[in-house]
Amino acid sequence: MAYSEKVIDHYNNPRNVGSMPKEDPKVGTGMVGAPECGDVMRLQIRVNPETQVIEDAKFKTFGCGSAIASSSLATEWVKGRTVEDALSIKNTDIVRELALPPVKIHCSVLAEDAIKAAIGDWKRKQGAEESQASAAAAPAED
Amino acid sequence: MAPKLPIYMDNHATTPVDPRVVEAMLPYFNERFGNAASRNHSFGWTAEEAVENARAQIARLINATPKEIIFTSGATESDNLAIKGVAEMYREKGNHIITQATEHKAVLDTCKRLEKYGFEVTYLPVERDGRVNLDDLERAITPKTILITIMYANNEIGVIQPVAEIGKIAQKHGVLFHTDGVQAVGKVPVDVQRDGIHLLSISGHKIYGPKGVGALYVRRKNPRVQVAAAIDGGGHERGMRSGTLNVPGIVGLGKACELCQQEMPAESAHMIALRDRLQRAIMGSLDEVFVNGSLEHRLPNNLNISFAYVEGESLLMGINDVAVSSGSACTSATLEPSYVLKALGVGEDLAHTSIRFGLGRFNNEEEVDYVAQRVVETVKRLRELSPLYDLAKEGVDLSKMSWKTD
Repeated sequence: MAYSEKVIDHYNNPRNVGSMPKEDPKVGTGMVGAPECGDVMRLQIRVNPETQVIEDAKFKTFGCGSAIASSSLATEWVKGRTVEDALSIKNTDIVRELALPPVKIHCSVLAEDAIKAAIGDWKRKQGAEESQASAAAAPAED
Repeated sequence: MAPKLPIYMDNHATTPVDPRVVEAMLPYFNERFGNAASRNHSFGWTAEEAVENARAQIARLINATPKEIIFTSGATESDNLAIKGVAEMYREKGNHIITQATEHKAVLDTCKRLEKYGFEVTYLPVERDGRVNLDDLERAITPKTILITIMYANNEIGVIQPVAEIGKIAQKHGVLFHTDGVQAVGKVPVDVQRDGIHLLSISGHKIYGPKGVGALYVRRKNPRVQVAAAIDGGGHERGMRSGTLNVPGIVGLGKACELCQQEMPAESAHMIALRDRLQRAIMGSLDEVFVNGSLEHRLPNNLNISFAYVEGESLLMGINDVAVSSGSACTSATLEPSYVLKALGVGEDLAHTSIRFGLGRFNNEEEVDYVAQRVVETVKRLRELSPLYDLAKEGVDLSKMSWKTD
């Protein structure tokens, strides 16, 4: 299979490789795919609670070159965007940017899923924090 | 010394034509272009002589007689002719065929087609080491069984089947035994008498001969085996395979067989030395790498390794100046990981990480060292990128995790 130059560039120089502490309340972690399917992506975001802006993003991916490139690109694209804005990233945008052939479209779908999963995780943490905060606050008032 | 790039190490897919083979073939394209079936002039006689010489060269390599060699367009045709030809010829005796899960598609898909025409096919599983269980095989034989078709050596994992034992079982039950010898002939000693083989498929381009030519050995004595023709026409090849003979190709196949026979002891030792060197260099530098299939019963030139936590296609992309292949889904037309590895009980997760190294006559130590170094570097780099490697290092059992799959 011939790869586009952009896929090769992301494969050779992946952006934002790494991990962030999963327990950090500002961090959202999305892990999608399965080893039996040959693709697993883990995408993490760190969100500024004041501005809702994604200030940092990291990924690690087990998968083919297109899967690595899709997740690398996803971290580039979410950085600097608000959470709501990042949710508007579509897999078709990734397909276009990386010139993915039809057999590799599932890689872009997985990257979109990873973004959504990371944001979902972060949102859950915010909800949990608020309820924890109010639960902790309530007895203190007595 | 730095090796010349790119390096070809995919010799189970195809091999370069040996220059000595090319030299032998060249006169038969123009100077000696005759039709081997032309019986009444010297052009035809010259071509016929060359064909008969090639038949003898092939027969010598497998301990057969020249009359038992039928020329075809390649081993896919040989497999088709053997299986369909026996099915048609022996239909009255029975309709049951036994094969195994790790066969080449040329055998499996031929069997599948016969199922549509009322044949029953048993697809035997294989053991963890890739070999068929002989008790399973013998138990599968019924009074309706007419053919056992089990390959000599596998094209992905290089595992050699207990062919002589299979031959004995076939003889004991009066069943014909066909074996796809594409990967084995010319690489290891194949002897149709010792191994009790009735039909044997041979390919030209896997043994440093040309593409587009192959042969089928069809036993003539004890018992005399007959196959119904798949291609009708001028009655060439004793009526079993019509069509004007590919004289230059046949000359090339004959010469390739002769060279394999002459060089097998030295070449086999050379392949094993290179293979062991490659295996040591890789396994000495990386953890969690696994050889797929038996190392004991294996072609000298094959190494098939799973590199846990690194997807095969991404590994191939990282070693782009080296030609090898992968059992990963992403490299297959069907988007399924290797069915051969699956049959061995290799998990799909590890099947995706497998690489097949196919050494050949023209590889050398410098190339092996270079390939090993590139593989080790790339696997290390990709593991740094792999969330699975992270999890494994944290002690998480990946098989017990619940993965969100669609």
